[in-house]
This record gives sequence, C-alpha cells and structure tokens, in this order.
Amino acid sequence: MPTIFIDHQPYTIPEGDRNLLDVCLSLGFDIPYFCWHPAIHSVGACRLCAVKRFKDESDAAGTLVMSCMTPASDGTRISINDPEAVEFRRKVIEWLMVNHPHDCPVCDEGGECHLQDMTVMAGHVRRRYRFTKRTHKSQNLGPFVAHEMNRCIQCYRCVRFYSDYAGGRDLNVFGWHDDVYFGRHADGALESEFSGNLVEVCPTGVFTDKTLKRHYTRKWDLTSAPSVCVHCALGCNTFAGERYGMLRRILNRYHGEINRYFLCDRGRFGYEFVNGSRRIRRPLVGGKEVTKADALARMREILASGRAIAIGSPRATVETNYALRKLVGADRFNCGLSERDSRLAATALNILRTTPAMIASLAEVERCDAALVLGEDVTNTAPMLALALRQTARQRPIAEALKLGVHRWDDANLRNVAQRDKGTIFIATVDATKLDDIAAKTFRGSPDDLPRLAEEAFETLRAADRPLIVAGTSLGSEALLTAADDVAARLAKAGKSPRIALVLPECNSLGLAMIGGGSLESAAESLRAGKADTLVIAENDITRRAPKALVDELFRLARHVIVIDHTSSATSERAEIVLPAATFAECAGTLVNNEGRAQRYFQVFAPEGDIQAAWRWVQDSPGLDELLDSIERELPQFALIKAAAPAEDFRAVGQKIPRRPHRWTGHASNTANISVHEPKPPADPDAPMAFSSEGFEGHPPSALNPRYWAPGWNSVQAVSRYQSEASGPLLAGDPGVLLIRPGEPHGALHSAQAPAAFTPRNGELLVVPSHHIFGSEELSAGAEGIREAAPAPAIALNPADAARLGLRAGDAARVTIGDVATTLAAQVHDALLPGIATMPASSELPAWAKVARASKEPQ
Amino acid sequence: MTQATDRPLTKNFQPSGAPLDLKGYEAAGGYAALRKALGMGPKAIQEELLKSTVLGRGGAGFEAGKKWRHMPTGDDARRPKYLVVNADEMEPATMKDRFLMEGDPHQLVEAVIISSFAVGADVAYIFIRNEYHLSAARLEKAIAEARTAGYLGKNVCGSGYALEMHLHQSAGRYMCGEAAAMLNAIEGRRAIPRSRPPHMAQVGLWGKPTLVDNVETLCCVPHIVAHGAEWFLGLSRTAEGGTKIFGVSGRVKRPGLYELPMGTTAREIIMEHAGGMLDGRALKAFIPGGASSGVLPAEALDVKMDFANVRAAGSHFGTGTMVVLDDTTCIVGALLSLETFFARESCGWCTPCREGLPWVARTLDAIESGRGEPGDLDVLEDHIRMIHDDNTFCDLAPGAMQPLRGALRHFRGDFERHVREKRCPYS
Repeated sequence: MPTIFIDHQPYTIPEGDRNLLDVCLSLGFDIPYFCWHPAIHSVGACRLCAVKRFKDESDAAGTLVMSCMTPASDGTRISINDPEAVEFRRKVIEWLMVNHPHDCPVCDEGGECHLQDMTVMAGHVRRRYRFTKRTHKSQNLGPFVAHEMNRCIQCYRCVRFYSDYAGGRDLNVFGWHDDVYFGRHADGALESEFSGNLVEVCPTGVFTDKTLKRHYTRKWDLTSAPSVCVHCALGCNTFAGERYGMLRRILNRYHGEINRYFLCDRGRFGYEFVNGSRRIRRPLVGGKEVTKADALARMREILASGRAIAIGSPRATVETNYALRKLVGADRFNCGLSERDSRLAATALNILRTTPAMIASLAEVERCDAALVLGEDVTNTAPMLALALRQTARQRPIAEALKLGVHRWDDANLRNVAQRDKGTIFIATVDATKLDDIAAKTFRGSPDDLPRLAEEAFETLRAADRPLIVAGTSLGSEALLTAADDVAARLAKAGKSPRIALVLPECNSLGLAMIGGGSLESAAESLRAGKADTLVIAENDITRRAPKALVDELFRLARHVIVIDHTSSATSERAEIVLPAATFAECAGTLVNNEGRAQRYFQVFAPEGDIQAAWRWVQDSPGLDELLDSIERELPQFALIKAAAPAEDFRAVGQKIPRRPHRWTGHASNTANISVHEPKPPADPDAPMAFSSEGFEGHPPSALNPRYWAPGWNSVQAVSRYQSEASGPLLAGDPGVLLIRPGEPHGALHSAQAPAAFTPRNGELLVVPSHHIFGSEELSAGAEGIREAAPAPAIALNPADAARLGLRAGDAARVTIGDVATTLAAQVHDALLPGIATMPASSELPAWAKVARASKEPQ
Repeated sequence: MTQATDRPLTKNFQPSGAPLDLKGYEAAGGYAALRKALGMGPKAIQEELLKSTVLGRGGAGFEAGKKWRHMPTGDDARRPKYLVVNADEMEPATMKDRFLMEGDPHQLVEAVIISSFAVGADVAYIFIRNEYHLSAARLEKAIAEARTAGYLGKNVCGSGYALEMHLHQSAGRYMCGEAAAMLNAIEGRRAIPRSRPPHMAQVGLWGKPTLVDNVETLCCVPHIVAHGAEWFLGLSRTAEGGTKIFGVSGRVKRPGLYELPMGTTAREIIMEHAGGMLDGRALKAFIPGGASSGVLPAEALDVKMDFANVRAAGSHFGTGTMVVLDDTTCIVGALLSLETFFARESCGWCTPCREGLPWVARTLDAIESGRGEPGDLDVLEDHIRMIHDDNTFCDLAPGAMQPLRGALRHFRGDFERHVREKRCPYS
C-alpha cells in the first residue's frame, strides 16, 4: 500500500487514484476547500486547499500545490502546516471575503456554513480591504431555492453540479473578472429536478432552502432524526428536522450505495404535507371528533364480528401492513392495489428474486458502463435514478480519458476528453424524456413495442463490462418487466454480469409485494359473496388505485369502513371511523426499497393528540421491536428486517442517541414561563434515541445518526468525517439490510414471442399514463412548493392526431374512456407516435380513448 | 527558393502597406519552402526546428521544437490532430503579430501548412484577436487563395497530405490568448484556462492532440525550412536563434516595429532604431516585453534583448515589445493603467486573480489619486508575494504582478511620495 508523508509523519493509504485533499480529509486532517466536492471532484479554481509539497527528503523549500489537483502517489511528501501554505490559505479567504456581505446573522446558512467554517479554519480574522464591495441583484428561482448572489464566493460548484453533473441547462455563470454571476438568464423557476441540491452544494448562503425560509430555524435548534424518503421507491436517506411540532426541512443523509450526496426536489421539498392543513389529528366517528377510547371501542365492536378485510398500502410501512394482516389473518389481508398493479409488483419481485443479474443500487448504476432503459421515464418515476444514469453515461468516456493518463478526479479534463461523447445508454419510452440528451439511441413506441430496442442494444450491452437494464411498472406493462428479465438472462448466458434496476411506484411497493395479499378486485368479490362486510384501510386512498366503478362498489357493499391515515382523502371522507396516523416524521417504521433493501426511519418528533403509527391502532405491541420479532417469526422473507437498524435497547456507552445537537438552545428556557423545571422529554418506545440534546456524543451507528456535525465542520460538508473515504461507505457502515439475496436463477426466458406491433385504431387513441416528478406522487402533492411546481394535467398528442382532431396546444380536449369523460388541456408532443397519447397516470390507464375538441374550458 | 536575407520575416513587406497576393508571394519565392518541406517529411522538419532553437515568440519563450515533439505521431495517435495559431495578440503595447499578418499573410498561411504537416495536424485554426479586422480580411483572402492553388485541402500540393484551415475571430478577451483558454473559446465555452497535465498534445482542442503556437514563432518556420537551422542561428547576436520583431512605444521619436537580430540591446533599439527619446525627455524606465514583464530602470538599457539576458536582468523578454517611460511619467499612474487592464481581463476562475487584481488596481488608484494610506504598500507587496505561478491557475495574475514587482523594486520612492504627499507629484 502507498505511503505518503504529511508533516514528516508517514501514513499508509489505500491503493487507488485519489488526490491529496481527498486523502488528507479521509485521514482526518483539516484542509480547507471550496471548489472540490466529493461527487463533482476537482477543478482547482478556489486555490484554498494549498499545501507544500517536497520533492524528496532533502527538499526543504518545497512548492505550493493545490492538494485537490495533486495525486496522492506513493512517497508524496507534503506539509499542511508549512507557514507559507498556512499564510496563502489565509490570504485566499481574505480575497474571498473582499466582496462577501458578512451578513451571517440574517443569512439562512449561518451556523451551518462552510464559508464560516473555512474562514475559521484558515485563520482569517482581520479585514484590510477598504474599498466598496461589488453587489449583485438576486433572482427569483421558483418555489424551492432562494438566491442571494451577494454572498457568492465564486467556487463554481453550483454550475458544476447543476449543469455538468445533473444536466441542467438553465443555470450558468455569467460575467467576467470580479463580477461573475451564477444564476439564470432571467428570473424564473429552476428547471432541473435536482435544483434543491444547490442548497447543500453551495458552500455559503447563495442558494438556500426556500421552503425552510417560510418557517426558518437554525440548525442548532432543530430536533432531527435519520429518515428515509417516502416519495418514491428508491429509498434515499434523509435527515428530517423539526421544531415546535413542525417539520422544518429535509437534508440529504449520505448512503454509500443509494443517494450518496444528493436528493431530488420531490424528496427534499415534498415534506410539507406533514404540516398540511388536511392532516387528520383526532379520531372521527361518523364525521365527529371522539376520544381515542371511544373510537377504539367502536372499532372493536365492529371488528368483533370477524368479517373484516384489512386493506394495506404500498405507502405504509412493513409494520403497518403486517399489523393489518395479523388483525384479520393472511387470507383476509388485501394489499390495496388493483389486480393489475398487484400483479406487476409481484412480477417485479419475482424477477428480482430469480434474475441472474445483480440488483443494482444507485451507486452500482453509476458504475455501469452501458444501459438499456425500457419504458420508464425515470426522471419522473424515480428521479435519482435519472441522476445516476447521467453518471453511467460518462463511464465509457471516462475510461477513454483514464487511458490518456487523466486522473479520475480531474473533472474538467475528464470532460475535455469526453466532449460530446454520449456513452452507451439506450432509452425506449413512449414520449421524449429529459434523459434523451444523454442517450446514444432513443426509441419511441407503444409500451408493448418498446422491448424492440433491446434487440438493437443487445450487442452494445454485451460489449460493456457492466451492462444495466432498467425497467419498471409505471406504464402498467408486464411485457416491459419480462423483456428486461429476458435481456438480463441472455446477457448472463453470454457470459456477462448484467445489472438490473426495476422501478416500482411507491416507497414500500416492494415490501408490500413481499407480504402479498388480495387485490381490490378480490376484496369486492369477498364483499359480493358476503364473506366480509367491513373494510379496515390503512394509509391508502383507494380511489387513486382502482377504477371509480370498483371503488364505488366497495363502499356500497361494505357496511363499515374504517380508515387509518394521516391525511384526509377521498377514501377517508367516506369512512365511518377515521383514525389519525403518524407520518414518517412522527413514528418509526421500515420500508423496503426497489432493490429489496429494508431501511428504518425514526420518529423526528412526538405528534400532538392521538396521532400514532398506523400499526398501533390495530396491534397491541409495546414497541416496534416486538412487532418486528413477530414479523421475523411469521414471515421468513423478512428474516433480516430487524437488522435494518439497532433495536430500542441499543445504547452507545450506556446512552441513547440525542435528537438535538449539543448546541440546542431551547433547554429550559422554552417553557420557563410555565415551569422552571425542564419538562420530561417524550418517551419513544421504538428507538434508542432521545428527545434531548443529552446523550451519546460520538458517532452513533449510521442508521441512528440524526445529523452530520463535527468539530470545526458545522455544515453538511462534515459528512467526510463520517466516511472512510469520499464517496465510500459510511465509517459505521451504510444502514439498512438487503432482504433479497441472489436466488436460484431461473434461466428460462419468458414467452419468446414479442407482443404484436402497435396498430393505431380508427377513431380512438391509446392513452398511456404519464408521470411527473411533481404532482404524480400522492404525499408530496400535498406540499406547498410541489403544488406550485406541478404542471396542470394535460393530454399530450402526436401532431398529426392533434391536427386531425382540430386541437392545438392549450385547447380543451374531451377524453372519453369507457363511459367516463374528462376535459383537460391538450399538448402537442412531436415524439409521440401517431395513435398514442399520454395523460396523467391513473388506474384506468393505459386505455383506448375517444378524444375530441371540448366546447368548455379544461377543469 | 528565396535569397537568404537578414530580415526574413519582413522581407516581403511592401512600402504601400498592402501585402503580396498569392502570385506576388509565389514570385518572391513563396510556397517553395512548403514544397521543400513536403519532400523533407515531418521528422526532418522537426529536427531542423529543434536545431534552430526557436523560442516561443508569444512570450513564454519555450523551445518550439521541443513542444512539437510532444505531438503524438504514430498510427495509433488520436485524430483529428489540431494546430492552433495564437493570433490573439492582446498584450498591451504589443502589435507585432498584427504587423506580420497584415504585412505578409501568405507567410503565416505557408508557415501553418508546413508546421501542420510537420506535426501531422489535420485541421488548423488561426485564432485571431477580435479587433484585428484588417488582418482577418487579409488572412481570409490568403487562405482562400491557398485553397484554390491546392496548398490546402484534401491533397496539399499533390502530396496526399490533407489539411483544413479555419480563421476563428475571437469574441474578444485578453484571456483568450492563454493557450488552453483559447481552446475553450474555440469550443464555444467560457475562455477559462485548463489544468495541466494532461498536456495539450494529449488532450487539446475537442479533447484531441493539439499544438498551439504564436504567429511570429510559426512565421520563422518556412525560413528555417528554406535556409536551415544554422543560417537561422546565425541571424542572432546571441545563442537564441533568429530575428525578432521588436516594438517600441512611448515617448520616443519613431515608435514602431523593427525586425532586428535577437540579442540587439535595448539601447540600440530605443536610441537608434526608434530614434531616441523625444526632445527634452529622459528615459526613466522601460517595460521590455509587453505589459506583463517587469519594469526595468534606465540603467538596464544595455541588456541584450533575448529571453536569457532579460531574465538575468530581472524581468521577462515576453513579446519583445517595449514600453518606454520618460521622466515626466508617473510610474504609479502607469501601473494603475496596466493593473486596471489586468484586473478587468481576469477570467474570474481562480481566486488570487479574480479578487487580488482588482484589490491591487483599487489600491493603486487610491495612491495615485491622493487617497493612499501607509498600509497600502504592504497590501501591494503581499499580492506580489502571494501571487505567483504555483498559486494561481494560469499565468495571467503572476504576469500582472511582474511590472508591479519591478516598479516597487526600482521606484519605491515614487509610491511612498504619493502616499506621503497625498497626491500625484507628476500631475
């Protein structure tokens, strides 16, 4: 292993092409930096990470080098503490502060600002610049990100993330010399689905969280817990922070195999539904608020007959779904999905269990060097997968650059070599997608036609080292899933080691599929047959999941409907009993992501009133662990689920993990007007975490870590103190546990016969579901910012079809599916094939529809 | 083949100022060197250039022959390969390349073709300063003529060698003259420099092997090919071969450009060729090689003007275009003008340049306008000390510190007097 010398001390470092800054940070040294970022790497712009490098033992003079731009090769000798290096770093901060407004007290970044940290670290204390400062006008960048350009220190990280890494096109750098400006060409909402990462990528307060600004709280006043995003199936890890009973913000929580440093905007800004006005906070019977005891008594009375069907949900935890199943028995448990969606999820699960391919995490997706995307508009159905695929596209160009001796971390030169080389990604989708710009080849067709691209892509995939197949359920097509499985099987047969990533719709779709259960159709069957007369529905608005006729029938046939949910819905409004459930922020629970990885989130704050985890309404378990014990006992597929996080009885050096930071200011004063005695913190029987700033002060197990904070590192950049190396696993291990282990490959291909090619129908269009990152997902749609960003529902048509129907963009179109008609705005999309249209996803789609000009305006 | 001359670069210059067209240029022996070069083959041309020790005339003074050798030549070399001519002459007081392009555009075109052939380039770009409209027009015409005559295109002079040539007019920034920033500019990106390694010969324009050379450097090539390295070395008065287009601006009788042997002394250039100082003026200082070289005092006049000798005198030979300051010139004012230029032309990429140069310029402005404070000289000294090649991303800011370093070394009293008297003593 290579040895480097830092201030005369030898350090053994792992093999690999890494730069000195990265290595020194991993070794625990403090070297200040701005433009380097562990995911977007080095460009050497800010000049802050200067260290002295010596040629050999006899070289006493040395030269300054930028540690981010210098390889850490065997025998490298550097000094971090060299006086010239120290002085230069201090000087760089002095330069950067020349135009900085020093407005920390009114800046949202204050207290968790990398610029503050680096200023202290570099030792700049006295201002000498005595001339006027340059000022800028800031911009309105839409509902998510606030902009204050005067704080900018020109590290270029924002554009490097936004444009280079995430493929955004509407944020750039303008101007010249000491007047460079980072923003849009004009005010307007940022177009990238990953714009929220600017909040964390920006080392100071130029880009801040606009949703947080509405209910601002300093980092040190937040009560936080490790959480898992509930807005899609990928299971990105997050920190959720609360104050005074209100969820304030979501930050990225590093997971070495999943989201690493970034989140999508739905994941970051969708949280506001927790504070929404439509929350259910008290039990209701017959629409009237009742006490918890009365509600429970009434529910027991109804359930005593033993004729209930329990309806679970893909957005409810494994625990809640299991508790419902336990309440009524396996044969009366219903997964709360339509027959089709339930079958799609089961097919996906079956493929993951039997595929010869490796199930790809997001990090693994980034390591792949060729990909075939079958059907999924991943930007809208699993946004972070789109961000990962952007990195996949770079792998082949990067391999070329490495051959020329360019360092893996030398970002600008990697891109200089790559130029416009698009890599090897094949995208087959119904309509154009925002990933098309990185596609080597795109293919358009009906859902059943899309697998045809697989033939064309096959040779390229076979030539790759790590070919990846992406498919999913969002088009409602089983053919796409089985086609993906077949391509993987053929690649495996050809001696390759393929990877597969399947996109499922919701945060616990796979966990629910692993439990199984009947469909909504089968529930109706039971009601019809008189085998049941009661529905207990948890965290599920079934009106979103099945055609209206079926849902109406369910409500008509059920004598009693009991709904346990956190937010009122068309389903809860028709229930006899409504019980308030906790959101992800108010309870602990386990979700299984699209890879089969079980991950636990924890209670951020104790909810008011009778709100409790949905499972607690139907199970008398003292704590989560007892429930998990019985899950492990009864359902072998969940045998490892407890290992997703430490149990409640875990203690670190005898102590719980504090949810509040050491600098939490509220201690006794917040309630001093009531009593000078500090109130007893709420109890949490489900987690070894305390609602306190007192407790274990070291690094807790990763699954329990509520924040990144280290001495001298108050910002999110403190994450490096929790990793063995940049972008590597967390020191305490990445949290969660994979429940699906490579199984017995089935080896058999699905029906070799491809579905018949799409033939347009006369007088009808095939309407295929479309998805949008903002609006399609149920929970985040309740968040203020997401609502603002969501597009108005529309039907998109091919230009020829639109012309034939006399529809122009913006016209009202009347869409009739079966006997249900809707009116919505028309859009014209060139990429759609004639005879195919798209509409916001619903349980009816895909379906043949009659489309005509409507006389009245769209709703 | 042309007669050997002691002023090869300007031998075709016409008293009218109009350049020779293709016919005239050919009649004067033009493109004979190209034919000879095609016969010699790339290796022989490279060897001749190496022997002639042409030092880069753009200011860096790197040996052109050595730079050429970095270009990969084997069959496995990545293609296309590029030659980019740096004609973005924006160094204050420098106009020698313009002189060559306006005076004899075919000389440059021929030089580029020979050089491209020697390094196996498939495409050549001439990146020309935005304001050089006349040069651009003349080069466009020369390139078109050369293409029609078969000196460019798929089969240069029937040799089978193929070369395309494009003239690229800069959008206009000093920074574009930095070789790597120039490549970014051609690619349509921001003109910011690139880090090295990798060498441009590996990863250059569009990510492909690229050679960037200055106009004047390349213009030497046809003559070296025609007459040999030995002849070229013999033109010089010192060890550094060839002639040089020297420029003199400032308070002299005949400011202008003069092709003279390398190593001609500054005194001879200024006092004889440029006609000496204006009547009643005495030489106080001179900037030997364009704005980013250090100010030298009158005592240094006998320096032999080449890269090694000017370096020994404590400055930079740079572009060899001198600015002469007389005894009525305020050195602080002169520096203010230069540093304001450099501060404005910083590309904004790296901190010392982006933030340091404006601070220096504002400090000089304060001193010059009578608002100087005792600590100001420390601020200037700090910048001189902290801005150097290891610390900045490219050479712009270290270059900007050169004249300031020289001025403070030789004329510190002037600065102190400004601060002490709270006014400019020269105004």
